[in-house]
Amino acid sequence: MKLSFEKSRKGRSFPVLPLLDVPKKDLPGELVRKTPPRLPEMAQPDISRHYTELAKRTHGVNDGFYPLGSCTMKYNPKLNDEMASLPGFTGVHPLQPPETAQGCMEVLFEAEKLLCEITGMDAMTFQPAAGAHGEFTGVLLIKAWHDSRGDKKRTKIIVPDSAHGTNPATAGMTGYQVVNVPSGADGGVNLDELKKAAGDDTAGLMLTNPNTLGLFDKNILDITRIIHEAGGLNYYDGANLNAVMGIARPGDMGFDVVHLNLHKTFSTPHGGGGPGSGAVGCKALLEPFLPKPRIVRGNGAYSFEDPGQSVGNVKAFYGNFLVTLRALTYILTLGANGLADAARNAVLNANYMMKALSDVYDVAYPGICMHEFVLTLENLKKERGVSAMDVAKSMLDYGMHPPTMYFPLIVKEALMIEPTETESRETLDEAIAVLREIRSRAGADPQKLHDAPLGTPVRRLDEVGAARRPVLKYNFDGNG
Amino acid sequence: MAYYVPSTEFEQQEMLEKAGVKAFDDLFAAVPDSLRIKGLNIPDGLSEFEARGRIEAIARKNRSFKSVFRGAGAYNHYIPAIVKQIASKEEFVTAYTPYQAEISQGVLQSIFEFQTMMCELTGLDVSNASVYDGASAAAEAAGMCRDKKRSAVLISESVNPIVSSTIKTYCYAANAAVKTVPLKDGVTDADALASMLDGASACFYMQQPNFYGLIEDAGKLGEAAHGAGAKFVMGVNPIAAAILKTPAECGADVACGEAQPLGMPMAFGGPYLGFMTATAEMSRKLPGRIAGQTSDIDGKRAFVLTLQAREQHIRREKASSNICSNQALCALTASVYLTALGPGGLRSVAESCVSKAHYAAGKISAVKGFGLLHGGEFFHEFVTSCPRDAASVEKSLAERDILGGLPVPGGLLWCVTEMNTKEQIDSLAEALKEGAI
Repeated sequence: MKLSFEKSRKGRSFPVLPLLDVPKKDLPGELVRKTPPRLPEMAQPDISRHYTELAKRTHGVNDGFYPLGSCTMKYNPKLNDEMASLPGFTGVHPLQPPETAQGCMEVLFEAEKLLCEITGMDAMTFQPAAGAHGEFTGVLLIKAWHDSRGDKKRTKIIVPDSAHGTNPATAGMTGYQVVNVPSGADGGVNLDELKKAAGDDTAGLMLTNPNTLGLFDKNILDITRIIHEAGGLNYYDGANLNAVMGIARPGDMGFDVVHLNLHKTFSTPHGGGGPGSGAVGCKALLEPFLPKPRIVRGNGAYSFEDPGQSVGNVKAFYGNFLVTLRALTYILTLGANGLADAARNAVLNANYMMKALSDVYDVAYPGICMHEFVLTLENLKKERGVSAMDVAKSMLDYGMHPPTMYFPLIVKEALMIEPTETESRETLDEAIAVLREIRSRAGADPQKLHDAPLGTPVRRLDEVGAARRPVLKYNFDGNG
Repeated sequence: MAYYVPSTEFEQQEMLEKAGVKAFDDLFAAVPDSLRIKGLNIPDGLSEFEARGRIEAIARKNRSFKSVFRGAGAYNHYIPAIVKQIASKEEFVTAYTPYQAEISQGVLQSIFEFQTMMCELTGLDVSNASVYDGASAAAEAAGMCRDKKRSAVLISESVNPIVSSTIKTYCYAANAAVKTVPLKDGVTDADALASMLDGASACFYMQQPNFYGLIEDAGKLGEAAHGAGAKFVMGVNPIAAAILKTPAECGADVACGEAQPLGMPMAFGGPYLGFMTATAEMSRKLPGRIAGQTSDIDGKRAFVLTLQAREQHIRREKASSNICSNQALCALTASVYLTALGPGGLRSVAESCVSKAHYAAGKISAVKGFGLLHGGEFFHEFVTSCPRDAASVEKSLAERDILGGLPVPGGLLWCVTEMNTKEQIDSLAEALKEGAI
């Protein structure tokens, strides 16, 4: 389809603003740009159709099954969106006097209280805008804590080899060296290797639990104890909290700081890449270092307060406020039992699917999984030449979003499947049938899978060419 | 209550059996007993009816002012109806990052269009798909310029204090030094900048228009930075960018900013939209997602996330930024806003801001004790002195449903946009007069 720039016709527009009701003021010529920006000139009906056409070429959770492992693509409740569009929230300036923004402050205060109970933490900030931003904030708290004690020898962050790429990248961004510890045969952290890695240069450990293999590390209390005994702190990557919310709490597992992905676990939509929210919770020892400002309650009103040893700002204002509001609405609707029920059914749906596929696909770590599981197509690749990519692309022709591919890195030809709790049994059965059919095709006619997808708006792309000869914007002088 | 879980208790029991266990508890066998909680100490769930009532009651505790004369990083602009409608389309709202390009062409093309528009606004060669907000964009931009030899970041004192605080936090993380270049008459002191730059300087960061609304001599500051071998980074307001000299014309290596004015409500500070553009030379240092054009195996034009060798999932600890999720839906919002207004519409928003701000500056400064603090050219913000306690002025204006200028050292920082009618401005001036008596 055409780009908006290709649909543009000179002079097309529609009146948005009234005529000026004050004298016109022009800035001096030397301050003014030479040529206007070449924005599209389109009539409103054509703009509307342009974006409808784009929407039709976009697959969201509402378009079909979306078992994208580690991303918790659950249903995004409509009530949450309606609450986030109330003028009482959208019309508030972030720098209004606090006495005129008590409702917004109550939202943040209440969400903090509830999420602290859910995670077992003492304080929380909503300033970080996404999971990786939360990681950055959380590890900074660890850094600030060591610095405040004059402990300068701690230069390393320990990260298991199954971690998300953001974990080592975060450690790098915060000035730490990364020590990778290998996973054991059971998929958990190898305790002997962890003991070897931990020492007086350890600033902390970053861990996802359940981990990216979909396994709850049964040694979790030993793991966090080893780090604490070495003088480090434990960071919980909350990407997979959906499996255990209301069942177990990171704060009880020995973690000192956590980030949550409100856009995963707490049902706020992901918007094609964001905005999310990477709320960071911490134990009392890290509270003085939280980003500023904090919201406190006293004398029946909310006010702002800067923590004494704050790391500063990780972004402006109080984070993606409307995302936090959606998450609060979600927590209020589900309540204590509803949250635990969501976790239980997320785990059930994953186990139900895994079991139904385990006779035709190799499960990387057989047994009971948590909210997601990983298939390894290593043998299928060897025997039939069919890769994880081929299976994933074949799913597209059935109107399903594929699982996460080639992750975690420690599993060859990995497909990581996370169904979430909001899928019905029929949807799971359909997905199981599709994956079984694709598997039998892999035996009979592998070429079909290499050719997939056939029915999507475009087929497989030349990604190498895209990176080698980057075209990153429209070429107004004849598009090459 | 099984809120959004479709399966009934009966189905769940059958599924448990199919999964090879008897009860839910068996699924959590790996969780040590000592860690299993009896239940969360939070209230029971509410019906949708009750939850709506609770949240609406909280919303009523806020005040939305009829007249808003406050900016300082969050701006009150008109949002055309089509913007919200399109940005609420479920396909866009409920999609994840477009990893699977074949079924994500809509999002990918919208990112490509967004990148093009940001390049047009700033005059630079390459844009990313967005970052969290203007403040984190500034911090990331400074990060792009650092290397082993040059790590110090110079920031003008005329930058929004929340933005400089964010840059400082990121620099603390990276163990990089930060120096603040002082002001002269409300703008960056160019002589001081020249004397502070040295062989360890990675970049100089400035804001246009600056925090006090003044238009800086960006070209001259950029020359100073380049003269010392440092990069030049400009934070710009995207509405002002419609008429002001572009960062490219001012010699910037990287431009960034807060694009909330392009169709996003003030919403107590977020979600907003950070944008970043750079020269072609710097393109491989840009953080975040970038969409590129390519073709599919049938030769059809298509779009895909590209140059991923820069990113955390490939480079892991060697990545310069850890960013993964961004503000994609806000970028789409900005694209729709810019498309709805077109070049003429955006220009008229900018001209309306300038004209009304100058009219208001004349009116306000005519009130005794509210003189303009600086003499330079300004866009849509300006500082006046304040003859009384700023909080009491704020309060008396609030009683007239006016959100007045932000108290800053030396007075009040006012902002006037196309949303402020002549009548509103006149009433504001009247209110200030009355209050002074």
